[in-house]
Amino acid sequence: MSGAAMERRQFLKVTALAGGGLLLSSYSELVAADVAATSAIGGGAAPVALTGHVRIDPDGTITIMAQNPEIGQGVKTMLPMLIAEELDVAWESVRVEQADLDTDLYSGQFAGGSLATPMHWYPMRRAGAAARQMLLAAAAQEWGVSRDSLETEEGVVHHRASGRSAPYGAFVTAAAGLAVPDPETVPLKDPSEFTIIGTPRGNVDIDPIVTGQPLFGIDVVQPGMVYAVFEKCPVFGGKVRSANLDAVRAAPGVQDAFVVEGGSDLSGLLSGVAIVGDNWWQLNQARRTVLEVEWDEGDTAAESSEGYRAQADALFQQPPQRSLREDGEFEAAFQAAAHTVEAEYHYPFLSHTPLEPQNCTALFQNGHLELWAPTQTPERGRSMAADLLGISQQDITLHLTRMGGGFGRRLSNDYLVETAWIARQLEGTPVKLQWTREDDMRHDFYRPAGYHRLEGGVDDSGRLVAWRNHFVSFGRGDGFAPSASVRDSEFPAGAVPNMSMGVSLIPTGVPTGALRAPGSNALAFVYQSFLDELAHAAGADPLQFRLDLLAGAGPETALDAPRMIRVLERVRDVSGWGATNLPEGTGMGVAFHFSHRGYVAEVVQATVSPDGALTVDKVWAAVDIGRHIINPLNAENNAQGSVIEGISHALGQEITIADGRVSQSNFNNYPLLRMSQTPEVEVHWVESDNDPTGLGEPPLPPAIPALCSAIFAVTGKRIRELPIWKHNLSWG
Amino acid sequence: MPTTFTLNGSPITVDAPPEMPLLWVLRDMLDLKGTKFGCGISQCGACTVHVNGQAARSCRVRLETVEGDDVRTIEGLSPDGQHPLQVAWREVDVPQCGYCQAGQLMAAAALLERNPNPSDDDIDAAMERNLCRCGTYIRIREGIHRAARQLADTAGNESGSQEAK
Repeated sequence: MSGAAMERRQFLKVTALAGGGLLLSSYSELVAADVAATSAIGGGAAPVALTGHVRIDPDGTITIMAQNPEIGQGVKTMLPMLIAEELDVAWESVRVEQADLDTDLYSGQFAGGSLATPMHWYPMRRAGAAARQMLLAAAAQEWGVSRDSLETEEGVVHHRASGRSAPYGAFVTAAAGLAVPDPETVPLKDPSEFTIIGTPRGNVDIDPIVTGQPLFGIDVVQPGMVYAVFEKCPVFGGKVRSANLDAVRAAPGVQDAFVVEGGSDLSGLLSGVAIVGDNWWQLNQARRTVLEVEWDEGDTAAESSEGYRAQADALFQQPPQRSLREDGEFEAAFQAAAHTVEAEYHYPFLSHTPLEPQNCTALFQNGHLELWAPTQTPERGRSMAADLLGISQQDITLHLTRMGGGFGRRLSNDYLVETAWIARQLEGTPVKLQWTREDDMRHDFYRPAGYHRLEGGVDDSGRLVAWRNHFVSFGRGDGFAPSASVRDSEFPAGAVPNMSMGVSLIPTGVPTGALRAPGSNALAFVYQSFLDELAHAAGADPLQFRLDLLAGAGPETALDAPRMIRVLERVRDVSGWGATNLPEGTGMGVAFHFSHRGYVAEVVQATVSPDGALTVDKVWAAVDIGRHIINPLNAENNAQGSVIEGISHALGQEITIADGRVSQSNFNNYPLLRMSQTPEVEVHWVESDNDPTGLGEPPLPPAIPALCSAIFAVTGKRIRELPIWKHNLSWG
Repeated sequence: MPTTFTLNGSPITVDAPPEMPLLWVLRDMLDLKGTKFGCGISQCGACTVHVNGQAARSCRVRLETVEGDDVRTIEGLSPDGQHPLQVAWREVDVPQCGYCQAGQLMAAAALLERNPNPSDDDIDAAMERNLCRCGTYIRIREGIHRAARQLADTAGNESGSQEAK
């Protein structure tokens, strides 16, 4: 073992101790007061997270706890910015620490639904403002002056009349004994006074990221830790009949191997073989070269993508199993329309593929479970582990780690409960379960595939008057499979006088789940592409056609049409839409979509060579997520990433099912976008008088239909089935 | 079967199976966690290190093949975290999740070693084997250009001491 390695071990240990010490003992200053005040407020109070976020050491060090899981969306920087703003401290003086899961101190500790901003915009600011008020009260007492005569600036209290000044640290001990102000009435800054919100602030983890310090779940090391691999049935829900455990146990590096019986819940602990030892690579070798399992594959083995396609085709020959919406008289309007289009659309299953393969570390000892978990939903993970192990949630400690991407994959805690179960078998020994990329791609909760039959009609004035959608999705009975649903209010509902929406469901044993911008990442492709078809059928400009449609949207439309019109107009103006000087082979497409409270319109410019080679040249995105862009440095990055992900989905990604299992395995057959394929992405913020909302998801959906429509503009070929690489785009 | 090589400037001997990939030797035996596991088949570049100055995917480098070689990891890219690329990554705020960035930095550092003033096409070609699932490619490219400019400025200021790299 090298000296460097020894130092690193020590570093990790010290970090862990510091974290534990923090929670157990150092939480004595403001936090203690917060906890007392929260208890006094009682359970009936609004769930304002005025607890545990701010620590000011008497030496003046200001620490802000980042309460939510960080998957790359930037909340570990952004939420503390909100607190620091109202606390009125210099951002450079703030240390940010990742909080553990603590449902007594915090609320809403999850990453999903682009919800961190809308949920915490006020509570985080109030937490900072309340702490500032307590410091002011303590200073007023200490100096014998009125609180109103005091000001704060960058962590210093000033009494201008007497010329006295002192840093926050001087008042912390006194402040800790004071009552916490009512969070509902604590004064907040006027936005004109903001010095942090709305200013570019770098990622708080930038140093460990660029120097390679341990930070992610995969980097966790505990003293005496062993590793585990877990082999599950390639067919979803299959069970172990038998396995050559003795041979596996004899393989190099293997300490033990055992069968896990598991249950039938696809999001919980499934049947498989766990292999444990002190060298993960050797365990994985044993798994690949020695382990033989006889599986009971179960019913899902009969399922395939081809089978789903055949079922969808059959279902399209019949009326929808269920009607979601009937407005006006579709048939009559369609028959009377001046221009009509009929089309079928399809999109495939997708995998999330966060770059850090699933992993988790756990120690089970004396009835207590300690988890180091990269999870987007730690509260649910803890609850699942408690149920599985038959222990109380109070007997579980869950440390959140930074995650190498989430995208919705880590909303599911399957790898967490697998780790918990294995840890219980190894009582007293910490264990890290590490999946391979192949595990990750073959045991995901996939963006569900979908099939749409569409008919639409435009009258001779260019108005969209008829729209019918038969959506063949996945589910059982009346229940959609996770993330396989459509809302009856999905646009253009409310903007078309004669509309019919119906659904038929195909049962499936393939687990599905939320992928970034769930639902929207598929529906925007279908609906916006079909709108484009209708615009072309009517001889209208596709962007103006959309503006006219939005202008005629009724009050029951699920989106705020004027907000969408503004982003559409902005993207028209910044992209130079309608330019007639584009070179031959280059074209533009436009799309908009409302999701997760965000309004986004995008124009994609693409070039297709006559022999069909596609280049995505540039994307313009106009985004309205309210009054403030809290951290513009991260927001631009995040929005660009969303657009790039949408293009990545569209160009090359497809998960196919054969014999109940996933055919793809790794990035060689499930390609992510690479740098040379990445377009320039120009993001334009359109501010509106609304509280700020989230950004993680809304910019993704429009990228896909805008790209497909750009391809149509060049080639005359309409992409009705993803991914794009399957189509011959040659023209001319 | 011990293997001896130079790691971040210091000699090291590791007793591990000769076919064990360098990635897992670094991470699990030497506790250098900066080099990341993403795919295991040399497709994503998260595990990029330098072997004798060349970018290599350590998930597919067998330990026995680096006997006597000079291996550098993200932890050894600079003594103080101030390599021009690391500085540029901070200034541009490149990362989102950050997981791929050590590999991106090592691939970019190898590029600048052989081509101190790369064009966009040079960058695309050199970085083609490094995936960023979050899609920070635009900023990675900007970060490389910025680091190259800083290297050029530094070289220009050191008058008379320029050496062809």
